[in-house]
Amino acid sequence: MNFNSALKWEKMTNGAAVVAFWFVVLTTIGVIAYIFMQGISGISWNFIFEMPVNRGIEGGIWPTIVGTLWLTLGTFAVSVPLGVMSAVYLTEYAEKSFAIRLINLAVVNLAGVPSVVFGLFGLAFFVLFLGFGSSLLSASLTLGIMTLPVVVTATREALVAVPQSYREAAYALGATRSQTIVTHVLPYARPGIVAGTLLGLGRAMGETAPILVTGVAVALPRLPSGFNSRFMALPYHIYIAATQIPGMPKERVWAAALTLLFLVMCLNAAAGLLRERNR
Amino acid sequence: MSVKSREIMSIENLNLKFDSTHVLKDVSLSIEKHRVTAIIGPSGSGKSSLLRCLNRMVDLTPTSKTDGAVYFEGGDILSCDCDEVKLRQNIGMVFQKPNPFPRSIYDNVAYGPRLRGVKDRSQLDEIVQRALKGAALWSEVSNRLEDSALELSGGQQQRLCIARSLAVRPQILLMDEPCSALDPAATTRVEDLISQLRNDITVVLVTHNLQQAARASDYTAFLLGGELVEFGETEDIFTNPQDQRTDDYVTGRFG
Repeated sequence: MNFNSALKWEKMTNGAAVVAFWFVVLTTIGVIAYIFMQGISGISWNFIFEMPVNRGIEGGIWPTIVGTLWLTLGTFAVSVPLGVMSAVYLTEYAEKSFAIRLINLAVVNLAGVPSVVFGLFGLAFFVLFLGFGSSLLSASLTLGIMTLPVVVTATREALVAVPQSYREAAYALGATRSQTIVTHVLPYARPGIVAGTLLGLGRAMGETAPILVTGVAVALPRLPSGFNSRFMALPYHIYIAATQIPGMPKERVWAAALTLLFLVMCLNAAAGLLRERNR
Repeated sequence: MSVKSREIMSIENLNLKFDSTHVLKDVSLSIEKHRVTAIIGPSGSGKSSLLRCLNRMVDLTPTSKTDGAVYFEGGDILSCDCDEVKLRQNIGMVFQKPNPFPRSIYDNVAYGPRLRGVKDRSQLDEIVQRALKGAALWSEVSNRLEDSALELSGGQQQRLCIARSLAVRPQILLMDEPCSALDPAATTRVEDLISQLRNDITVVLVTHNLQQAARASDYTAFLLGGELVEFGETEDIFTNPQDQRTDDYVTGRFG
């Protein structure tokens, strides 16, 4: 290849990269802008904070927002303590054996299991076998289990990134292993753990399939009364509103989608901020 | 000279293996109280490994296997019933690269005492001040104890790490090439500090810098390929070595 054709090739690959970049940026902006423009006219105080009337054709979506927030909280409560502790075990305590490598591989693969499969598991195990019924509890546990591999993976990556020299410094001062982990390794890894966890929660927040079979309700004109009650949730509400309810004004569907997008983006922005601050 | 009475640690026929690699071979060495003992030798001769046996840091490498004995305070620290956590409170360690915790200067020094359960603020203040003075850092940081330790220069960070070790009041301080990441000016300060430290504690210093060993130590041990070639007073090692290999090494013919 002579110099001129090399230069040409260089220009072409450069150009292709730039085009791909703008394609991605514009699609993302386009999607968000489209949802925003379609939905913003439906957003109002009453829409956000009132109970649905007439299967959601009138009134507001308050129970779906509350349901989604409770669900996210439940998912957090299930996945974070379990996930962080098992990641600590895997990285800090377990011997580097074949079995541990296998478990790590399994955890990574678990993150790739389709969410509807988790939903069916939740239906079989939490709803029926353990008898938790169609409830916020069953759905939270299901989403929690689904989010677990994300939390474990994020925590492991954050823990592995803690320099060995800091662990040694703590040990050399007479810290025990658990003291080293609690006072030292975990605080150092915390921004990474939190950022990864928030991304996992953001995904859980937008899931429809796992809650579909474990407790979400089509329409409930009241807030969930506890973890044993059924609930409404934004993603499922959007699906129902868009496809199952004749006469549903389109801007109300888009407004609900915009609300969900806003909540998820809040979580992702928090994750991004933490990652930035960690740097 | 009654050498035995001043001995604080005695290493006897110490062997160390990582898997099948024989890192230390039958090393026997006596560490004198309130003296600086330097361990010199080329890279890979087992200097750092030897040091890491003395506070059981070598345990952190799962493949390691020790054999022989290291007597300290009447017990063999290599035996299973020795509590390595307590041991490390008595035998501190300073590492090659300064590794302050990403916290404030104060919290770095207070870390060890706090592990021990010291909570009283005035007591902690006193410990921190004493340790920082002991590490010749107090005058530079006394008005910014709450600043992050990572804002200090490399030399200051290393002295902070020394202060952090001193705060636990160890009897022995193990130093693993403490100046290798420092510039000459900072190195001089740390070397001066090592000389002062011997008034209160015992120092075992691993260094690849022969001048440093000559300047800062009272005794020198020369390791080669995991074997202790020669051990004696520093002056003798450098001016009148008994072994040809020691002579070759200290005069710069190899290593």
